[in-house]
Amino acid sequence: MSVTSASPLSKDALVALPATATDAWTEQRAQARQALLKNGLPAARSEEYRFTPVLRSLEKKFSPRQLAGYSEGTSLPALDAHLIPGFDAYRLVFINGAFDATRSTDLSGIPGITIQPLFNDRPMLNLADVEADAFTALNTGFGTHGLAIEVAPGTRLAKPLLVWHGQKSDSPAAFHTRLQIKLGAASEATLVEKFDTEGSGDVFHTFVEEIEVGEQAKLQYCKIQNDAGQVTQIANTVIRQADSSRIDTFTFTFDGKLVRNNFQIVIDGENCESHFFGLYLVKGNTLVDNHTVVDHKKPNSFSNEMYKGVMDGQSKGVFNGKIFVRPHAQKTNAFQSNRNILLSDTATVNTKPQLEIWADDVKCSHGCTSGQLDEEAMFYLQSRGISKSAARAMLLYAFAGEVIQPLFDETLKHYIDQLVSQKLH
Amino acid sequence: MSKDNQVLEEITSKEYEHGWTVNLETDEAPKGLNEDIVRFISAKKGEPEWLLEWRLKAFRAWLRMTEPTWPNVHYPAINYQDIIYYSAPKQKKTANSLDEVDPELLKTFEKLGISLTEQKRLTGVAVDAVLDSVSVATTFKEKLAEMGIIFCSFSEAVKEHPELVKKYLGSVVPMNDNYFAALNSAVFSDGSFCYIPKGVRCPMELSTYFRINAANTGQFERTLIVADEGSYVSYLEGCTAPMRDENQLHAAVVELYALKDAEIKYSTVQNWYPGDKEGKGGIYNFVTKRGLCAGDHSKISWTQVETGSAITWKYPSCILKGDYSSGEFYSVAVTNNYQQADTGTKMVHIGKHTRSRIVSKGISAGKSQNSYRGQVHVLKRAAHARNFSQCDSLLMGDQCGAHTFPYIDIENPTAKVEHEATTSKIGEDQIFYCLQRGIDEEAAVALIVNGYAKEVLNQLPMEFAVEAQKLLALTLEGSVG
Repeated sequence: MSVTSASPLSKDALVALPATATDAWTEQRAQARQALLKNGLPAARSEEYRFTPVLRSLEKKFSPRQLAGYSEGTSLPALDAHLIPGFDAYRLVFINGAFDATRSTDLSGIPGITIQPLFNDRPMLNLADVEADAFTALNTGFGTHGLAIEVAPGTRLAKPLLVWHGQKSDSPAAFHTRLQIKLGAASEATLVEKFDTEGSGDVFHTFVEEIEVGEQAKLQYCKIQNDAGQVTQIANTVIRQADSSRIDTFTFTFDGKLVRNNFQIVIDGENCESHFFGLYLVKGNTLVDNHTVVDHKKPNSFSNEMYKGVMDGQSKGVFNGKIFVRPHAQKTNAFQSNRNILLSDTATVNTKPQLEIWADDVKCSHGCTSGQLDEEAMFYLQSRGISKSAARAMLLYAFAGEVIQPLFDETLKHYIDQLVSQKLH
Repeated sequence: MSKDNQVLEEITSKEYEHGWTVNLETDEAPKGLNEDIVRFISAKKGEPEWLLEWRLKAFRAWLRMTEPTWPNVHYPAINYQDIIYYSAPKQKKTANSLDEVDPELLKTFEKLGISLTEQKRLTGVAVDAVLDSVSVATTFKEKLAEMGIIFCSFSEAVKEHPELVKKYLGSVVPMNDNYFAALNSAVFSDGSFCYIPKGVRCPMELSTYFRINAANTGQFERTLIVADEGSYVSYLEGCTAPMRDENQLHAAVVELYALKDAEIKYSTVQNWYPGDKEGKGGIYNFVTKRGLCAGDHSKISWTQVETGSAITWKYPSCILKGDYSSGEFYSVAVTNNYQQADTGTKMVHIGKHTRSRIVSKGISAGKSQNSYRGQVHVLKRAAHARNFSQCDSLLMGDQCGAHTFPYIDIENPTAKVEHEATTSKIGEDQIFYCLQRGIDEEAAVALIVNGYAKEVLNQLPMEFAVEAQKLLALTLEGSVG
């Protein structure tokens, strides 16, 4: 405890956080700032960040002022190199934490969708709790750029939305971006988010995303995190589902220094269906931490979660999957599985699948495993003339395939496939 | 639904059958806790200097600690100054044989169904009976001594075998391990001590029976079992307490130490008073149990049936230090009314080729909360470790909760770790199947619950399995979700 109080980012030091010049403090943002000052950044012993020393990673490089969104030495990242080949989408581009209208698709003529900037006295959805996570508080209190997207009831978007977060900096830089999306009743949308970073500077990126899925609406969601090795990214995603809605989400993490995904699904309606998949395939010193929460608040819904991880080098994989079934959320079916493969002696995995159930007429299960590649399977392939490295790649590819296969778009699937093969060889 | 309610009503109104008290003359320490009380207890027991020092060290460590808040249980703050830390039935001198034991005491244990005199004649179980704070009788001592087995009360062990006690006390659960272990280390009054010499297979089950009798007291006993190379012992523990309106604290420590090729099997049927159906009274059962597989090929197995206590906070653990050592944990935890249980295990794999197995079955009914909290930790050098965990929860009624908090921390790639958990209620189709075959609803539920818990009950020695099954039926029969 004494270590953290001496930290340059201790609770006391956070008082030095500057107010952002660009907007007047709305009440919501003032509250977030207060929450941050009150709770501080998560200390090393905090249960939610037990295996993810985010404070330790930040305090070496950032002062409170820098943390709040100071960025110097940034330059333009190469957008084209990071686009998904052949993927036709409405493109929304964030460059170094700011929305770049000139590089984005002009959506003003497209029926059923409206886009407006966030953080200009506009109230935020407030699904992400500023008390629950310090980085949500930091983002809410100090964010400068974000978008509010609304899809009108009954609209089916012709193309997917591709939100690209490109960053390039040669000195320490912090960015706070935010997205809020409202899907009207019976609308359908596909959202693909891609995170890429260039440059040699340490980058700290918080991202808050609040999505409301209306009655009978459908959301397909895919997040691709392939940041460079010096990026610390904390993403807070909250999705709230209304009656009879359906979501399919995918989270792919391939690189970064420390990636933390807080992914929360609030099932606030009956007869909902939620599928969410995750794959983390990392090496080097990367730490990937997926904290997922499925909160069943209403009866008769179904959720299924599958996260898989492959850790090589000195990488660390952390998984925490919570399933809450609130009182009265009867007839809930909730399933969860987390499977990990460790490839090196120095890779570690910490997993904590957690069920908290207050209703009796439910079916819930979780399972998790950790191990190496099956020796017999390796032998089988090798005895048929397949080289050891090819056999290994083949088995890992098959392991990852279970999470890639259900992906909703063929072009996207092909792209992820290629990324995975690249990482495996 | 009305029928279900009626049945539930019947069950919840069932009284705790061990709720009586006996008027025994007791020797008590004044209320409260300070260094003088620690010295008082130590003096009462006629302890050597080193043990008093050890107690005081623990007490000082305890003063610096704070009560843990992470368990998923809620209770009003405990006033540690309002507890009597030492209470002993008055006895003129140590009883050498059962004939010298106070007949009132013998009656107490007879009421519990543990007739100490009868035990003499029955072969099979040797009993160490602990009432309030002290051990009152140990049976079969001589017979065991012939084989070199030491089985006696803790205070006796301190006097007769100080070298063993000194060597192993605190070697598995250090005095400052956690808040309640430190408290126990400071004020523990008695308990059982057991030593199985090299290569000896203990011919009978050893057993301790704990009973809290006096009011306003806490029970702090300490059990230490050492199994020397190649030995085997099976140990049973049972406990009850009278019905009282106030909560009573039970903070015990159990240490198991298994040397090379040794095996210890530890079974518990915990039936402390759970409080009444309004949640008033009951025992706070805050226990630290840990086994160390110190030698290669050693094995420790925990089996527990938890039906009592207002609050249970207990994680029998295994430190698998020796290569090829193995640990097992089998648990059935039943909560009803306002009971809260936060229980599970910790398997720490340190040695190579270590194996562990966890089977936990939780059953919650009424307004109770039942949590499984466990950790499987495979350290860097624990190559080829293997773990399988299964924790299932059964919910009866819509006002109870079942929670699982498993931590799986793997630092070695050769580890194979599997964990699975399910939560469900008793299937209507299962009930229907039984009803159709002429088995009434109550019997059907008992049958299903028994089947559900079978995997764990099978691990219990026969004498205990019967008691455990009866207990399960008593707490739950007929409660259809």
